[in-house]
Amino acid sequence: MSSRTPSFFDEMRAPDGSIRPAYQQLAHWLDNVPKDVLDYRRKEAEFIFRRIGITFAVYGEAASTERLIPFDIIPRILNRGEWQKLSKGLEQRVKALNMYLYDAYNKREILRAGLIPEELIFGNPVFRPEMNGQAVPHNIYVMIAGIDVVRVDPDNFYVLEDNARVPSGVSYMLENREIMLRLFPELFIDHPVAPVENYADDLLATLKSVAPLTSSGEPTVVLMTPGIYNSAYYEHSFLADKLGCELVEGRDMFVKGDMLYMRTTEGPKRVDVIYRRVDDDFIDPLAFRPDSMLGVPGLMSVYQAGNVTLANAVGTGIADDKAVYSYMPDIIKFYLGEEPILKNVETYRCREPGQLKYVLDNIEKLVVKEVHGSGGYGMLIGPAADKKTIENFAAKVKAAPEGFIAQPTLALSTCPTFVEEGIAPRHVDLRPFVLTGRDKTRIVPGGLTRVALSKGSLVVNSSQGGGTKDTWVLDR
Amino acid sequence: MLSRTASNLYWLSRYVERAECLARILDATYRLSALPQGYGSETNEWDSAIATAGCVASFKEKYPEANERTVTEYLAFSPDNPSSIRNCIEIARTNARSVRTALTGEMWDAINSAWHELYRYDPKRITREEFTRFLNFVTETSVRFDGTSFRTMLRNDAYWFSRLGFLVERADATARILDVKYHVLLPREAQVGGPLDYFQWASILRSVSARTSYHWVYRDSVKPWLVADLLILNRQMPRSLASCYENINRYLDDLAQFYGRQGQAQRLARATTSKLENGRMEDIFQSGLHEFITQFLSDNNRVGNAIGDQYLI
Repeated sequence: MSSRTPSFFDEMRAPDGSIRPAYQQLAHWLDNVPKDVLDYRRKEAEFIFRRIGITFAVYGEAASTERLIPFDIIPRILNRGEWQKLSKGLEQRVKALNMYLYDAYNKREILRAGLIPEELIFGNPVFRPEMNGQAVPHNIYVMIAGIDVVRVDPDNFYVLEDNARVPSGVSYMLENREIMLRLFPELFIDHPVAPVENYADDLLATLKSVAPLTSSGEPTVVLMTPGIYNSAYYEHSFLADKLGCELVEGRDMFVKGDMLYMRTTEGPKRVDVIYRRVDDDFIDPLAFRPDSMLGVPGLMSVYQAGNVTLANAVGTGIADDKAVYSYMPDIIKFYLGEEPILKNVETYRCREPGQLKYVLDNIEKLVVKEVHGSGGYGMLIGPAADKKTIENFAAKVKAAPEGFIAQPTLALSTCPTFVEEGIAPRHVDLRPFVLTGRDKTRIVPGGLTRVALSKGSLVVNSSQGGGTKDTWVLDR
Repeated sequence: MLSRTASNLYWLSRYVERAECLARILDATYRLSALPQGYGSETNEWDSAIATAGCVASFKEKYPEANERTVTEYLAFSPDNPSSIRNCIEIARTNARSVRTALTGEMWDAINSAWHELYRYDPKRITREEFTRFLNFVTETSVRFDGTSFRTMLRNDAYWFSRLGFLVERADATARILDVKYHVLLPREAQVGGPLDYFQWASILRSVSARTSYHWVYRDSVKPWLVADLLILNRQMPRSLASCYENINRYLDDLAQFYGRQGQAQRLARATTSKLENGRMEDIFQSGLHEFITQFLSDNNRVGNAIGDQYLI
């Protein structure tokens, strides 16, 4: 343990070796539990995951490969105070994202105020002119957001990334908790862990609250999936099951007279709200990509007529890419008149010549990301890359600087993790899920903790060998 | 419910049942072909197996002759045969994944663990003894899937579609066994009761797992016309055409009542059911067993198509 770099914040152990309050009981338990018990339960967890089929596909691998995301059986713990601050910050941030989207597709006051460059909106490939002046119920664009945060010290959470399109991972949050309750019931006796199982009910309430103003009676909510070959298909079916709604594909629906229907065994049935897990590009071949087989021809026209609600709205991509990210503190101040509660990581915009120069001069110290990339693809971690990789990447940045941003490598916090060598600290992040409805914002206490399983690694993405942990928010 | 969901449930059950039928046919064929010369029949049993599985043409394209190796490979494992046991389980699981929300956890578990298990059998290196275990595994999978759906599903349209797929497939399988073997069931003057045919009759019973049932029902030694009666008209026998249709009728009625309207599927099923209910073996033999079975296969097909048109698209 003494070999750890002291600059990383360890969530369980203070630098003097003492155990932080939230982890007292867990540390005691870890000291006493035999290693083979942990080993056995980890195998059991893996067995259960495989049996219930919580798998994901990695793009580029053979279609038949279904992989498990490794699950770490040691929970990550936050106390009530930490969570309250975090959740206030999340609510503030998502509120600002929604106001920004409304403004960007309507009056564009933020442009008139000169706070952000025009091309951030108009030059963005995911800007949807179809949404200009388009009314959406209650001006809510992002009903479901996943905000990636990291912790660097006892007091500060940084937002790493906003996900305002189709954030995934919530099924892991729910299943991880189920598994922990099954495998370690004794731990829940000592720890007052706030439950997360109400997520599905919260989600359904949120979706119903944004039903079209034209729908009468109880709105019909469906979950739209690209199909079983999508990497997150398991999650789609899992959520549809928990929501008690139909899991539809594009081919199950059709448009007739400005209304959207699904094909059922009893004939056509009107659809009011679509929780869609299909990207904008693919939802309607008549409006967007004509080669899409996943969408519903004419869906956009029903949407524009206000007869169906899409959650999230079309065009939210302009609020969550990495270029907009760097302006988020200003965006929050502009719309809410408040100081951001959650920090932003310092970000260099390669689109600006001065900053580009700084990035190229210091590239070996920086993390450089594609503005539109996700999933840990297309990024360079300077300190971990060899010379050749750095040179190649620098050339890519020089060729199209507006496509990149750079950030200092963050000292992600670590949590105790059960790995080959025993229990050792590994770097983690956290993706809480923020639900915005007409009536209120709902955030279940916790989220998806992702953990980089190899020693020293800072990349937590599942496609890059990351794992997950159950996240506990203690009610004390 | 979504038409696609209904369709997936229907085909999921069909494919699970198909896998089991194939496993039973293969098992019966193995037994028959293992008999010493002189006990078996003149015909090549492996040819019959291919004919019963209904894939003579596609098989011939791929293999020069039907023998233990080629038939086992084609019916059990071949990726080129869309209805090989392996493909049936693959397709069943794909269907199950698409309708996870309509399945109970237990049903999903049955089909998903079978899919994982499937890959433990290496067709290249499989021994006879392992192959027997493989066939057992397939029948157990089907029994488990069927049992979990019976025990855990809500009795609503999802259940009825799943039952219908299972029953239409089962009726088809029984009829195809009869279609291929009808000649040994015909009442013939001279050779009746010859040892040759005895093992054929026993084999037919085995392929529908009815050896024991036969004796309980008829309390008699195996006689060809009684075998035909058991498989066609006897409503106690769950694989008989009459029993399948009694139930197809019932579930289609449940659907009609649930949805408040009926259609072509109900009408066709009722006609087929009454043919079986009113049929007598003497008459069937009189007017031709083969013709009767051919007609049934086509009726059953029409019922399947009508279910598809009415509910599944």
